[in-house]
Amino acid sequence: MIRLLTRDLRLAIRAGGGFGLAVAFFLIVSILVPFGVGPDRATLAPVAAGILWVGALLACLLSLDRIFATDHEDGSLELLATSPVPLEALVAVKALAHWLTTGLPLTLAAPLFGVFLSLPPSGMPWLIASLAIGTPALSMIGAFGAALTVGLKRGGLLLSILVLPLYVPTLIFGADTVRRGIEDLGPMTPLTLLAGITLGAIALLPFAGAGVLRVNLR
Amino acid sequence: MPDLGAYALEVGLAYTVSIALLVVLVWISVAQARKAKASLEQAEGRLKDG
Amino acid sequence: MSFWEYANPRRFMGLSDRLMPPLFLLSGICLAVGLIWGFFFTPDDFRQGSTVKIIYLHVPSAMMAINVWIMMLVTSLVWLIRRHHVSVLAAKAAAPIGITMTLMALFTGAIWGQPMWGTFWAWDPRLTSFLILFLFYLGYVALWSAIEDPDTAADLTSILCLVGSVFALLSRYAVNFWNQGLHQGASLSLDAEENISDVFWFPLLVCITGFVLLFVALVLLRTRTEIRSRRLHAISLRERAA
Repeated sequence: MIRLLTRDLRLAIRAGGGFGLAVAFFLIVSILVPFGVGPDRATLAPVAAGILWVGALLACLLSLDRIFATDHEDGSLELLATSPVPLEALVAVKALAHWLTTGLPLTLAAPLFGVFLSLPPSGMPWLIASLAIGTPALSMIGAFGAALTVGLKRGGLLLSILVLPLYVPTLIFGADTVRRGIEDLGPMTPLTLLAGITLGAIALLPFAGAGVLRVNLR
Repeated sequence: MPDLGAYALEVGLAYTVSIALLVVLVWISVAQARKAKASLEQAEGRLKDG
Repeated sequence: MSFWEYANPRRFMGLSDRLMPPLFLLSGICLAVGLIWGFFFTPDDFRQGSTVKIIYLHVPSAMMAINVWIMMLVTSLVWLIRRHHVSVLAAKAAAPIGITMTLMALFTGAIWGQPMWGTFWAWDPRLTSFLILFLFYLGYVALWSAIEDPDTAADLTSILCLVGSVFALLSRYAVNFWNQGLHQGASLSLDAEENISDVFWFPLLVCITGFVLLFVALVLLRTRTEIRSRRLHAISLRERAA
């Protein structure tokens, strides 16, 4: 399993997309928003948290279809499925690899983009905390969605239609954590709920994802 | 007609659009059912002849 | 004679053929009576004026929007556990009805919101969760239409329905947490003090009955269509092979 993880990571880095693409996308979103709503601090600061979260979510979505699609095309997914590693673990490891290449860099880069969007400094630690806790859920849900659409030729668009509604609770609690952190209204409540979603997703979705993969490989 | 007062437009619009939606749904379902039945009967007829 | 006998398509077709005409007739009568009663013969509310008449469309459609999803969840589970084709086809047949009901609930809600709250759309928890429910319906239908092999499609959509139900429930509470709404509380629960008065309650009950009956009749009709097209597909495959 560890070897599978390193293999996925190495592939992601070699393909050149992995680390760079999601963060670059995130950067562009953060730069485009001030062009849209104006450079005024007073208008930017209240929406910064929401924009950062939506940006992170979209950046995460961008690389989802590659979780299983490339392995499915070259046939290595069938090989992995017949290997002694249980399929549930495979789904979990794939999601972990996806998180390491998108969620983690996004979390690390977020404070910088927070400055761009004039996020109040009191929200910074909560932004990092909510992204660190929330993005694993995004990767896990995304892995389930990717498993659903793996056999489809034009799966990319369908994938986003299927996955985005599933992201709603994560987004609400994540953005709410930052907003409450800025206004000092007890950000621990949404943060713990966010952690609950992440843990629940990690506990249950590998099984749903593996079930779906079995159907797709049948 | 009952006197709908100031909100005649809203109430009327709600009723028209909702009933139209229901009628369209029923109409589409019936049309699809007819089409499926006809083409299935045709196919089964071919099966018997062939 | 067990309930599962009707999982056999032929028995299902026989039963539904007999049930459908009376169901359509009854639902038509209930809807006509309820809506005409509600529209022409109920008094205006002293605060909401004549907009209260929208309740006869809004509440039943909103109830059905949720109940259709629950029905799809149950039939999907039956398919996953017992592998009855009729069950999953019924779920597939119900989804467009659910979409229509959700649209109706959203539309009548928006129209009602304009005079009462002063805006067509407010990010009120209930409105928002209906919008999310609408997205779930869209995803479900989109997945059905994207997959060619019927059994694969049935499995995948069923699992999506299961996972979606959990997340729809989560979203419901997340949205509640996120924004306190303008929506009134439960006005139909049996124990509440502030229930609506009988003048509005009885026609509403007739409308709800009409909506439920219409839904059952439509599901039967649409499931029959699905069974027939599935059979047609099988025949054409056999012909091509021969």
